[in-house]
Parts: sequence; structure tokens; C-alpha cells
Amino acid sequence: MSIWIDKKTKVVVQGFTGKEGTFHAKLCMEYGTKVVAGVTPGKGGTTHEGVPVFESVYDAAKATGCNASLIFVPPAFAADAVMEAADAGMGVIVCISEGIPVNDMFKVHAVLRRTGARMIGPNCPGIITPGECKMGIMPAQIFKPGPVGVISRSGTLTYEAVDQLTHEGLGQSTCIGIGGDPMPGTNFLDCLEAFHKDKKTEAIVMIGEIGGSAEEEAAEYIRKYVKKPVVSFIAGRTAPPGRRMGHAGAIIAGGKGTAKEKMEALTAAGVHVVESPADIGKKMKDVYK
Amino acid sequence: MKVHEYQAKELFTSYGVVVPRGKVAKSADEARSIAQELGGLTVVKAQIHAGGRGKGGGVKLAKTPDEAYAFAKAMLGMTLVTHQTGPEGRVVHTLLVEEGLPIEKEFYIGMVLDRSKRMPVLMVSPFGGMEIEEVASKHPEALLKIHIDPLMGLQPFQARRVSRFLSLTGDPAKKAQKFTAALVKCYMETDASLAEINPLILTKDGRIIALDGKMNFDDNALDRHPNIKAYRDLNEEAPLEVEASKYNLNYIKLDGTVGCMVNGAGLAMATMDIIKLHGAEPANFLDVGGGANLEAVTNAFKILLSDKSVKAVLVNIFGGIVRCDIIAQGVVGAAKQVSLTVPVVVRLEGTNVEAGRKILADSGLPIIQAHGMTDAAQKVVAAVGGR
Repeated sequence: MSIWIDKKTKVVVQGFTGKEGTFHAKLCMEYGTKVVAGVTPGKGGTTHEGVPVFESVYDAAKATGCNASLIFVPPAFAADAVMEAADAGMGVIVCISEGIPVNDMFKVHAVLRRTGARMIGPNCPGIITPGECKMGIMPAQIFKPGPVGVISRSGTLTYEAVDQLTHEGLGQSTCIGIGGDPMPGTNFLDCLEAFHKDKKTEAIVMIGEIGGSAEEEAAEYIRKYVKKPVVSFIAGRTAPPGRRMGHAGAIIAGGKGTAKEKMEALTAAGVHVVESPADIGKKMKDVYK
Repeated sequence: MKVHEYQAKELFTSYGVVVPRGKVAKSADEARSIAQELGGLTVVKAQIHAGGRGKGGGVKLAKTPDEAYAFAKAMLGMTLVTHQTGPEGRVVHTLLVEEGLPIEKEFYIGMVLDRSKRMPVLMVSPFGGMEIEEVASKHPEALLKIHIDPLMGLQPFQARRVSRFLSLTGDPAKKAQKFTAALVKCYMETDASLAEINPLILTKDGRIIALDGKMNFDDNALDRHPNIKAYRDLNEEAPLEVEASKYNLNYIKLDGTVGCMVNGAGLAMATMDIIKLHGAEPANFLDVGGGANLEAVTNAFKILLSDKSVKAVLVNIFGGIVRCDIIAQGVVGAAKQVSLTVPVVVRLEGTNVEAGRKILADSGLPIIQAHGMTDAAQKVVAAVGGR
């Protein structure tokens, strides 16, 4: 068991025939992900990497029954690709693309609300249910099936944490990189709710960073509902205010969104907050019984 | 991206947001002739990307054109230090000379993204001149927040709330409503991430005017606004950051001695944090990108080593899709090109890590290898003489 994606998920890849799309779609297929279709406008009717290519997500859905989309489309067209996927009925949409303007995300969120689609990202590594389905660009070999759900705003820092967990003998139920943008399709709260209800997830790792108040909102939810142990690390304690730390959403603005505030809110909610990013796996080993 | 006050006011004007009459001066002579043209009292304002200019001597009221000339002469080329510039301050290259206005009342109006509500929020306060964070904490009742549906824009009832909250009536109330609508439109259509007017004023003759103006923009949207992109002022950025941006590297200069090179923004921040945790300070934030290719690593090394405050370098790479042996070749190739002058600690983890470590060990370079982030942090802190 897991959340949102599993071995039954049938994936369409938008931007399939591009360099990134081709490379990562192949790795997903090698992992066992059922990639049933690709979409590249202008290349419909062809076959790429043994998979049929369609003009639109609508055509792909009709022909293959795909129910999830993985998007590798340049940022100027990515919002449109997400809206098409949602409108065509894709239940889960993973957008890897980095650089979607906030004004475009307003439109995306309006379509997501109307269709009920779950979007993960943008600017994210994707989502993986180890041993079942990988929709993303993460290195598959560090993951192992198991009881820990992982949620993170970062890419490589997530790999770091997962690697530590796997070395401690703790596998993962599902790992979700929600991405580093200010208005992600899926936030910590959505993931926590899903992990809270998922019977196979017995503990949660949450990796946050400076900027916004998603960690504080997560803390409030954890305090009220979550009985499973939660281990957390917040990146950016040494980040200067007013500067964007790589991620579009990682910025301390008007004195708000500091790592200190987030760590305090999480600690007060009973979360095991580690000071060092090297201690995430060890701490989970200690608290998970 | 940040812009200058005069640039924000240019955009305001194009949307009908009323600003004082004024012009940009690059020399004291220009300042005098602008003051002459405007007539009466004028205000000479230093243009830097930081607030608190008035207290630092960057805003002066001139009674005559000669006084405007004298103020301009003193300001141009001066290093202005405010609470937002840091101790090194900013050199003033440009001035804005504006008409002085008879002020009846000062207000605050600003717009920013509310991330958790996924909507822009308009903020209004009758407490002009005070920082909005201070108003929010000390006088929350004096702060009105109106969320704007980004797909609908400002509605008339919302504009009326603004003028009522500022206790405006009659013609000034109508002017404030029109002003607010123009500001919201300007914010939305320019892909702004911040628009702030502090103070917004009511003049003695009943006009509503943006006395100050500040705007920031969504970097991801700049490509559709070439006019705003052209506002970028390299004088306002640290030279190494300008250099790094040429190579598409995410680099931010900090005050410490440990240069960091990391793949991924989150891991880069975490690396800075763990250096501090073990007793030293990071010299920079640097994300070479998840892939960490040879070109990126070489350029990153050059940037790090040209920072004279760097006493040691920590390379922290988690090789995922990109194999560690490829990354190790990149690090070795780059290190050979740039001739290392400080100790370099390298921590590699991920796919093919053994092959990667062997390449580093066999390179003949004075690279200190580390296993895990804690070991890496301890070794680099020891290298800079920390604990």
C-alpha cells in the first residue's frame, strides 16, 4: 500500500520525445512504471521507445486508459500542459518542469479545483512508491519498500534522507518531492493527510525549508491528528533574509518564514526535529518501533 | 528581481497610479535643471535597492535649485548605509528629483502573494511611514487585508473598503478607489511579487499620490516583460553573483570562510547549516544543479576560488541519476584547470560512489575525502581552523 500511485497506475508522459522526457521516461519504465503513452504535439501517430505517441492527452486517454501524467515540458508551456492533463481527467499529475510563473499557477490551481486532479510539483523530483511505481527523476536504487512516508520541498536533500533511511534498514511507503515553488500543487498538508490515513505508512519524514508557512500549517495538523512519529529537518537556518536560496519559494520575507520559527512550531507539535541533516535516518531509527 | 523606486514609478505611471512629478538625474547639474523645471520645493532621492534611505541621508528636501545641486553632488558616489544594505552599504549612482508636495495625511498600501491562500493580498493601513511588519505586530487593528482573486482582479466593493478604511470621503475617496484599482492591475499584469507604497499620501489639495514606490518581480516571468528585465542594475549585485549568473549558477555571497559547492538548493542550504553546526561559517550558497556536470563544476570552482575570504572548500554532491564517477571526473578536471590554493574536502554519495572515490584518490590532487555529511563538515571546519 502507498498513496496516490501504485503498480496499477497507467502513465502518460507529456514532453515524451524531448531529451529530458526520453531519458527519464526510460528510467521510469526500467523501474517498472507502466508508461502507456507519450504526448508531443506534432508527433502524434509515431512510436517512441516502443510507446505510442499522441497529439494530446485526450487522445492518449481514449486510446490507452492512462490515468496519470508525468510532465517534462519547458516552463513557458508547462502550466498549459498541466491544465490539459487535468482537463483530460488525469487523477495524478507530476510536473518536473522548473520556472512556472506564479500568475500561471493561479490558473492551474483553478483547473485543479474544478477537476479534482492532484498535481505534484512543479519544480520537483516527483513521486515514488518503491517497488511499484516511479513518476519522477529520482535515483531509484536508493529506495526500498517499507513503512516510512517521506515528504520534502527539496530534491537531492530528499535523496540524502532516503539514503540514510535505507541504510538504517527503514524502507519507504511513498516519497513525494512537493517541489521548491511558492504555490505547489500539493503541499505538506495534503501529504500528511494521506499518510495519516494510509495503513502501510507507520512513520513520516518531513523535510522543509525557509519561506512561506507550509511547515507551520503542517505542524498544526500534526498536533491535532497525527499519531505516527514524525521526524523533520528544516533547511536554511544560515540563509540570509530577503534572498532567494535557489528555489523560487525559499525566501525569508518581511522577517517571516525563518527556519527557527518552523522548527519551534514543529517541536511544539511533538515532531522530532533534528538539528543536523545527517541525523534524519538515525533519529527515525530511534523513534520508530 | 528588485528594481529602483524610479523604475517602479515608471510602471505605476503607465497604469495610472499617480506619482509626484519628477525626473532621473545622473549628475548634480541635471539635478539642478530638473529642480528648476519643477519649481518650488524639490526632493532629491538616492536610488538604491534598499529601504531606510531617509535615515541614512539619501533623501533631502531642497528649497532652491542650488540646494538640489548641492545635495545631489554630496549624494552621487556616496556609499549609503541603511538597515537593509548591511555594513558595506551601496554606492549611489542615480538620483530621482521630484516635486515636494503638501502632505495632509500619510497611509500605507501594498500588495504581495499570500502563499498559503494562493492569492495576492492587498494590505492597507492609515499608519503611513511605519514598516508594515511593525504595524501588523503592534497595531493589527490598523491593518486591512483584502485577498484579490487573481482571475477576477479588484472588485469595486473592495476598492470602497480601502477608501473607507482610510477614512476618506468625497472626491479623495473616489481617487483612492481608482488609485487602488490601478495598483492592483499594475501588480497583476507585470507579474510582480511585491508592490509597496509607503507612504501613500493625501495632499492638502485632495490628491492621492504614491510618494514612494517599491516593486519586486517574479523571476520566472521576466522573459515575458523585456522592459522590466532591462531594469536590472548590476551595480546593486555582488560582483561574484553577477559572474555566477553568467554561468546560470545559483550563487549567493555570505560572510563566512567555507566555500560550498552542492548539487540541489535544499542540500546546499543543509550543507551551509551543518558547517555552522560544527563551528564555522559558510562563505556562500552555491547550487550547481541536480546534474552537476563538468562545465558547472568548473565554473563553480572558479567563482569559489576568486572569493578571497574562502579558506577551504566543501564539495557535497549526492549523485543520483548522474553517477559519482562522472562527477568525480568533473571535480578532478575542474580542480586541475583552476589550480587549487585552499584545502578542498569532497563528499560524494550515491550511484557508483566507490569508482568516484577512487578517481579522486588517484588524481594526485590534495583532495580530502569525506564519508557522510557530518564527517565532511568536521573536516572542512578543521581545515579553516574552527573547532
